[in-house]
Amino acid sequence: MLEYRMPSLGADMESGFLREWHVKPGDKIKKGDIIAEVETQKGIIDIEVFDDGTIGELLVQVDEKVPVGTLMAMIIPPGEDGEIKETPQKSAAPATTPTAAEEAWIATEPPPMAEKAAAAEHHVRASPLAKRIAEEKGIDIATIHGTGPEGAIIREDVEHAITARVAPVPEAPKEAAPAPPPASPPAPVAAEKPAPPAQAPAAPAEEEKARQATGASAETIRMAVAAAMSKSNREIPHYYLETRIDMRRAMAWLAETNKQRPVKERLLPAVLLLKAVAKALNEVPDLNAWWENGLQRKPAINIGYVVALRTGGIMVPAIHDADNKSLDELMQTLNDLIPRARALRLRSSELADSTITVTSLGEGGVETVFGVIYPPQVALVGFGGITDQPWTENGMLDVRPVLTATLAADHRATDGSTGSRFLTAIKNYLQQPEKL
Amino acid sequence: MATSLITYRECLKQAIREALQGDERVFLMGEDVGHYGGAFAVSKGLLQEFGPERIMDTPLSEAGFTGAGIGAALGGMRPIVEIMTINFSLLALDQIANNAATLLHMSGGQLNVPLVIRMSAGIGRQLAAQHSHSWEPLFAHLPGLRVLSVGTHEDARYMLAPALLDPDPVIIFEYTSMLNLEQELQPVEGGVDISKAKIRREGKDISIITYGTGVYKALEAAAELAAAGIEAEVVDLRVLRPLDDETILASVTKTSRAIIVEDASRSVSVSSEVSARITENCFYDLDAPVQRLCGAEVPIPYPKHLEDAAVPQPAQIVSAIKKLLQHA
Repeated sequence: MLEYRMPSLGADMESGFLREWHVKPGDKIKKGDIIAEVETQKGIIDIEVFDDGTIGELLVQVDEKVPVGTLMAMIIPPGEDGEIKETPQKSAAPATTPTAAEEAWIATEPPPMAEKAAAAEHHVRASPLAKRIAEEKGIDIATIHGTGPEGAIIREDVEHAITARVAPVPEAPKEAAPAPPPASPPAPVAAEKPAPPAQAPAAPAEEEKARQATGASAETIRMAVAAAMSKSNREIPHYYLETRIDMRRAMAWLAETNKQRPVKERLLPAVLLLKAVAKALNEVPDLNAWWENGLQRKPAINIGYVVALRTGGIMVPAIHDADNKSLDELMQTLNDLIPRARALRLRSSELADSTITVTSLGEGGVETVFGVIYPPQVALVGFGGITDQPWTENGMLDVRPVLTATLAADHRATDGSTGSRFLTAIKNYLQQPEKL
Repeated sequence: MATSLITYRECLKQAIREALQGDERVFLMGEDVGHYGGAFAVSKGLLQEFGPERIMDTPLSEAGFTGAGIGAALGGMRPIVEIMTINFSLLALDQIANNAATLLHMSGGQLNVPLVIRMSAGIGRQLAAQHSHSWEPLFAHLPGLRVLSVGTHEDARYMLAPALLDPDPVIIFEYTSMLNLEQELQPVEGGVDISKAKIRREGKDISIITYGTGVYKALEAAAELAAAGIEAEVVDLRVLRPLDDETILASVTKTSRAIIVEDASRSVSVSSEVSARITENCFYDLDAPVQRLCGAEVPIPYPKHLEDAAVPQPAQIVSAIKKLLQHA
């Protein structure tokens, strides 16, 4: 039997609410199948399974709060025999009747102590005001330490918890940048033309609707961003490098290529940048890594791409295996990911698998981005806008489209020379766009 | 004159004198209010000034002279009936509860009773169990009455005039223990508002809700708490019936915490009522359970130290609040 545990969908995630099972005991599954929907601060996330096999048993009830790492299901590997335990409750149906819930308890046979602890959690001693504020701010009151009469949680405790989570909001443009105003053009990619084809990012009203549907509010997303960024600035000693890249060849190649394509299939400069980053990571693999008890290089290059939400906050979906995707495939991936990120409908692997982050603030007119690393990653690449600037080459002055690329990297994991090699590699790849 | 000190007793006397001067229909009657000058010397000298028809000594019959006061009020006068101390008020309670409080209703709105009844209440100076009652809750329970509590010199001086303007019966509690207390007094044009509680001190951390003898004690406690960094708001209920919910709830909503202080014993008291209204109306603004400091549930003892121990004192208010705010 294989154990399926609640995955972490980001360093900032402690738990989620199981909202729906897509499978029932006896169902055949294969790696990558979506088996459940879990509600997190970032909306409802489709949870994928990591193994092939047959669902043996479901151990978590719909609408239960599930801490990261909780055993959720037992999976029988292919070719093995295993007992399939029917969960009395129909999958995807909330536990509404007491009988169903009771039977479920019997079926899963939780140790008495665990049951007691779970029950105790529902009786948090807190003042009505503290509870109200915690609810308004989307904070789980059970996680707060009480200092009031008889250990009760009081307003002050909740306010401390809020401060702890929201505190030092990083000043890096990535986080400080307000979401583009509703009237502004779509935000997904670095430069301006051509307009993103076939892509209909959710309008703010729809985004809001999505949030209401998924239970994620602008505030909970803000909290999630705040928690991750606070952790980053608290724990990661950042170093920053910057380089200016002549984009004349890349832009000319892009214009020529797009000329021959129907509007729907045109490419944005962002895909060139993403591809260049992916290829550069192949050369400098130390930056495609997580810092978890030391540097853990990651075999796959999954680039997290920052998507600003119209009403504030960001989502960072992963572009899987970016180095193995063609420019067209990258473009298709962006067209798929960005609207889903805005609608808060991402898959768990898209939220959890990123090995590096790319943020691109060019369309807002910013030239340089100094980012904050998304833990446990060790690097973040920032692209500003592509603007015409004076450029010297061979002692001659010219005007070129110039892009400023920056790297924020974890100094525990790598040193400046590594970062320098990486940025230089990006620069070189962008000089040969036809080879990307 | 505004800066000179004045006793609570003198404030009461000035209020009565002003009422007698301002309205011919006003007269004072009660036991020993004339020749003796009042059991607590509040009306001393008024007989000489206004004559026996307006400062009227009565026989020792609370039912009789309270009933006479009701009759006079019905007849167009504006009587001030003094009941020497609150313990004797029980003898007049039939007149108060069954006549004064109900006549407007029983007459279909035809007969209102513009009567003011003053009485001394609370612990005095070792007057023992029969003369030390805090029965404000008893009267605050009765529909048809307006019940006022004189917790400050300002109210002692300026509460009588609006009470006499009220077309319906008003009970005013004065406090024996405060008679000799000296304070500065600022003039209040047109009398105080007897429909509203009064914030005596602003604060953000906790509302001390009190009345009568509790007001100065609460202010003393608040001053001490301020030195410890706690900003207590002091709410003087002033009108015990009908309670001024608006002021009470606004204060508690602001501070999120409340402690109610009164001399009356805890069970079925003004504090019970205020506490209930707070939880009914601003439960989700509360950051701590509503606290109460009340009189002990005993007949008030004679010995001074036991008498003091029978009702809340400033030190207890301070320690209760510090405990609540975890600064102790």
